[in-house]
Amino acid sequence: MTEAKPPAFEDALVASAAEERVSVATQWQLMWWRFRKHRLAMISALVIAAFYLVAIFADFLAYADPHKTEAFRSLIAPQPIHFFDEGRFSPHVFALIGKRDPRTFKRVYEPDPERKIPLRFFAEGYKYKFLGLIKTNRHLIGVEGGAAEELIFLLGTDQLGRDLWSRLMIACRLSLTIGLAGVTLSLVLGVLLGGISGLYGGAIDTLIQRVIEILRSIPTIPLWMGLAAAMPRDWGVVQVYFAITVILSLIGWTDLARVVRGRFLALREEDFVLAAELAGVGQMRIIFRHMVPSFLSHIIAATTLALPNMIISETALSFLGLGLRPPAVSWGVLLQDAQNIQTVAISPWLLTAAIPVVAVILAFNFLGDGLRDAADPYG
Amino acid sequence: MLTYTIHRFLLALVTIWAISVLSFAIIQLPPGDYVTAYIAQLASSGVDVTPEFAENLRQQYGLDSPIWVQYMKWMQQIARGNFGRSLEWQVPVMTIIGDRLWLTMTVSVSAVVFTWALALPIGIYSAVRQYSIADYIFTFIGFIGLAVPSFLLALILMYVGFRYFGANIGGLFSPEYLVADWSLAKVWDLIKHLPLPAIILGTAGTAQLIRIMRANLLDELRKPYVITARAKGMSEFRLILKYPVRAALNPFVSTLGYLFPFIISGSIIVALVLSLPTIGPLLLKALVAQDMFLAGTIVLFLGIMTVLGTFISDILLMWIDPRIRFERRE
Repeated sequence: MTEAKPPAFEDALVASAAEERVSVATQWQLMWWRFRKHRLAMISALVIAAFYLVAIFADFLAYADPHKTEAFRSLIAPQPIHFFDEGRFSPHVFALIGKRDPRTFKRVYEPDPERKIPLRFFAEGYKYKFLGLIKTNRHLIGVEGGAAEELIFLLGTDQLGRDLWSRLMIACRLSLTIGLAGVTLSLVLGVLLGGISGLYGGAIDTLIQRVIEILRSIPTIPLWMGLAAAMPRDWGVVQVYFAITVILSLIGWTDLARVVRGRFLALREEDFVLAAELAGVGQMRIIFRHMVPSFLSHIIAATTLALPNMIISETALSFLGLGLRPPAVSWGVLLQDAQNIQTVAISPWLLTAAIPVVAVILAFNFLGDGLRDAADPYG
Repeated sequence: MLTYTIHRFLLALVTIWAISVLSFAIIQLPPGDYVTAYIAQLASSGVDVTPEFAENLRQQYGLDSPIWVQYMKWMQQIARGNFGRSLEWQVPVMTIIGDRLWLTMTVSVSAVVFTWALALPIGIYSAVRQYSIADYIFTFIGFIGLAVPSFLLALILMYVGFRYFGANIGGLFSPEYLVADWSLAKVWDLIKHLPLPAIILGTAGTAQLIRIMRANLLDELRKPYVITARAKGMSEFRLILKYPVRAALNPFVSTLGYLFPFIISGSIIVALVLSLPTIGPLLLKALVAQDMFLAGTIVLFLGIMTVLGTFISDILLMWIDPRIRFERRE
């Protein structure tokens, strides 16, 4: 009996150390530990971070001016980069020869394996301002002499001869930030109205709940289309951007308001709120010092899950030609070129913009699921 | 039960009213008014327009009165069945919308039916055989369905159909029935064309419903009454279908209320990609051409259809789930 004691004692020690670690950990630490276990969510977080990095370094990753049109480079199919030349690492592309198909008179392009054009890293290309501040002309890839748009066609070109890879990079900016802006606005509205609804209850609560129910039973896309179509044609990119944000969050706030209201209703009954009230803490202080921190994590999770909807909506609106308009470049604007089956059948690479859309939406969904599970570390 | 029905009905009426205000707002939002647009159109076709003529037109349409009076007038006209004239087509709005409205309804309802027919058995299977290979496959497909917007799915399927089967799979009718009068053969042709748009529209909803059904049923399956029934020797098939599935079903029905607006919304864009003769492409054209009476009427109709769908689902839910009936009575 006495011999069996030490190991059990040690076990208890280890267990209590782990327990102690848990019991002194802050809520955010607990959430992080729990979130870390959700592997898919971790990977998704990295994917999303990568996308936003692309958005920041879009100009650097692009190699051709995304707005420069050229009729002689219309609808070129994607051309791969060849990394090795006779067993040696030397990235190059083949030069293209443009010809007319004698039967259809369509312009066709054929690679010429004889003319290899070596790629340069950190090469000079078109001029841009990094982050809108630093003037530079360095790009990740390019060719000697600086006319990359005439020689490299990673993802092909569109009808107007603009390089799709470069446009895709630039498009990340608008597509990824418009979701954030829309969600932020929805969040403000949702927290405000949901908070009022849950906090005061009674007639105000009923009114806000009815408004939410009404808004949710209106088919969103026709409504958005109507509002978007009413935007004056002469508005600039920035104005349209903000108008779209407002239009998207007009419906988007309802989900968040529901979450906030639900949390307020649940927390109002909690002992620690009652304790604070009895201790004579002011109402504002109770809300922001005691209640908000305990449901902040839920809000973050709900916000993350609301983001993909915003991105889909923007893409859909722009796809219809009612959202962002050229010269603005977003994934939806890029997909607009692929609107009819004839174009897609002839040049399927115009559909490439669908890939980042699907990837980002999946990543945000997984991340949101992970955050939602982690949001309740005591559960 | 009656109070609940009345309650829902009143809410539906308020919603329809809100939608009518919104539709009117959409008509009013673009700069200028109906007459400005009409006169611009006349002027462009070479007709000389005097300011007096414009003023007369404004009076005739009541555009000189305050906005709420205009709204009342619009509502009055609608109550008489007059939805105004389409600027672009120069015919009453209802003549254009007519058939398309029914086709939109048909496509949307078949999408809902498809969603249900698929999500229910798959959800049950995934829950009963949790962590089986099929469960993983369905979960994966579900996530893809959730992440691919319906219009993209339509584009991709169209491309696949065109590339590998050499068929244009868009539209709702075969060419020979396009302008034909309604007949049994035409209806059959329509039914043959329905599955594709239904699948495309239903996929995202199906993915969501499978997840809900699976989660709910898993909760139910762990409850003691299931063990009791099993211990008493009830057959596994009956055991699952008779009690846990029924209990898991009601959140399933309650999502119908949100599913319907979602599908109608989606149908607008999908119809455009698949070139379906539904209301979607018409709405887009009307909005782009600022044909505002047509656009406003379409938004109004889509809204009313949605509200009706939601109302029916509420009543259905109450009929299926006794808890809702009794909760209201207390």
